Amino acid sequence: MRLTENDRALLAGDAGEAAAMAMNLVVTVGEAMGAASLIDITGAHVDSCLYHGLVSLEFAERLAASGGKVAVPTTLNVASLDLLHPDLVRRDPETTKRAKALMDAYVAMNCLPTWTCAPYQLHDRPRFGEQIAWGESNAIVFANSVLGARTNRYGDFLDICCAVVGRVPAFGLHTDEGRRATVRIVVNVPDRWLDDDLIYVALGHLLGQEVGTEVAVVSGLDDRADEDRLKALGATAASSGAVGLFHVAGVTPEAATVDEACQGKSPTRTLTVDETALRRAIADLSSTLTRLGAVSVGTPHASLQEIQRIAHLVSGRQTRVPFYINTGRDVLADAELAGLVAPIESFGARFVTDTCTYITPIMEVPAGAVMTNSGKWAYYAPGNLGVDVVLGGLADCVESAAIGQIVLRGLR
Amino acid sequence: MNQVLVDGEATGEVFVLERPLSFWGGYNPETGIIVDAAHPQHGDSLAGRIVAMPHGRGSSSSSAVLAEALRLGTGPAAIVLGEPDQIVITGVVVARMLYGVECPVVVGAIPIDARGEWRVSRAGPEPVE
Repeated sequence: MRLTENDRALLAGDAGEAAAMAMNLVVTVGEAMGAASLIDITGAHVDSCLYHGLVSLEFAERLAASGGKVAVPTTLNVASLDLLHPDLVRRDPETTKRAKALMDAYVAMNCLPTWTCAPYQLHDRPRFGEQIAWGESNAIVFANSVLGARTNRYGDFLDICCAVVGRVPAFGLHTDEGRRATVRIVVNVPDRWLDDDLIYVALGHLLGQEVGTEVAVVSGLDDRADEDRLKALGATAASSGAVGLFHVAGVTPEAATVDEACQGKSPTRTLTVDETALRRAIADLSSTLTRLGAVSVGTPHASLQEIQRIAHLVSGRQTRVPFYINTGRDVLADAELAGLVAPIESFGARFVTDTCTYITPIMEVPAGAVMTNSGKWAYYAPGNLGVDVVLGGLADCVESAAIGQIVLRGLR
Repeated sequence: MNQVLVDGEATGEVFVLERPLSFWGGYNPETGIIVDAAHPQHGDSLAGRIVAMPHGRGSSSSSAVLAEALRLGTGPAAIVLGEPDQIVITGVVVARMLYGVECPVVVGAIPIDARGEWRVSRAGPEPVE
């Protein structure tokens, strides 16, 4: 790899042990990926603050103890604790101590304690064309696809190392060529289907399975594919596949047309998605259990707009099952200012911040299936928590909770 | 075409993933077992095996889960990828940096019906005669 004088100085330890350790990982991985050089970044989002065992902590403490500080503004992902609502988390004290030490290590490296998997909902978010290093699969795909910022799929450890040196290997989604759509997906469904939230989850599921790591351009959607729906689409696609970027013709910023997304070339293949395929995708993500045990929404973290919708839907009602809403602490503060929190809490729902119900032991063992509006939650919760999941739109989640039975009025 | 992503040599029983796996949420680093309930090989172990996968998938936390498994000795002996994957490489490189655990990673092909002992080296994956 071609390194600048400054890159080589960092690697040699001229800027301290932590910068050398970080540059070593960035260069080693970059060379393995075939990158020819490094480029500057303007920001980072670090997923490594989520505790996965001693390796998480030993890596972070080594970097922090040797003087590691981020060189660019860096936000932090969800962690393994809810610092605002500690009574919610039921975890053994030893793991809790380590999870907290891990969070402290990243704050000590000057990362911002945002604790959200949806950093694109923060007031300050990357602009079009900005080069960034983001971890968290759903955030990566949102930054690339919806914001038009440029990030590869950074895993734990590498995200913080890129933030410390302010540099990333130049390849893949950081380059024009790497952002070209090679697969075309044509959505061919009745127009009213595009009003249903679940379509975007189902489409994401199919997209991830069909394209794997390739870049797709989707046509047949319109501006009803708003940020919350694109969030759901991308998060599900990044769970069923390794999707880092998708385009939606006429909607996302690098795809005024299919041709622009393909950069004037022909896609290597075209797939058509119809009603049957979308119904099958929903069924794939959903158990057939009929008893409702709990509801969890907000994976990725609920936006202010979603919390507004929930506040409207719950008005005058009462939940009959445990109901959790995962969101970022900054969004929750905005929701509080907007007067949205009190009506939702009087419905009986609990807000979870800083973490998420599928990565941290929060729920009691539910007496039935857990209903969610999230394809990502539906993907991971059965393995993580051993629960059965039923997928439904936000309105159906609230309706089901209020009557204590699974109601599915949306498309099936 | 073979391409060495992380250098080294390893031998073990081959295990070809029928579908991509997200190590985070799909694999328990304490036991080495696939826990993704929707995965066709749910319940199988990757520990000590030559694991072949077409490409990575899912969570960016997979780097940490893979590194934790290698630390605990429940990780694969080697990984054969259909295409380079930054998240997989990162996990393996960190396990080597911190704990000196070797897990070679190469780009190459192993037939879906492969069985028995395989070796991974700079020459790529090959069955042990």
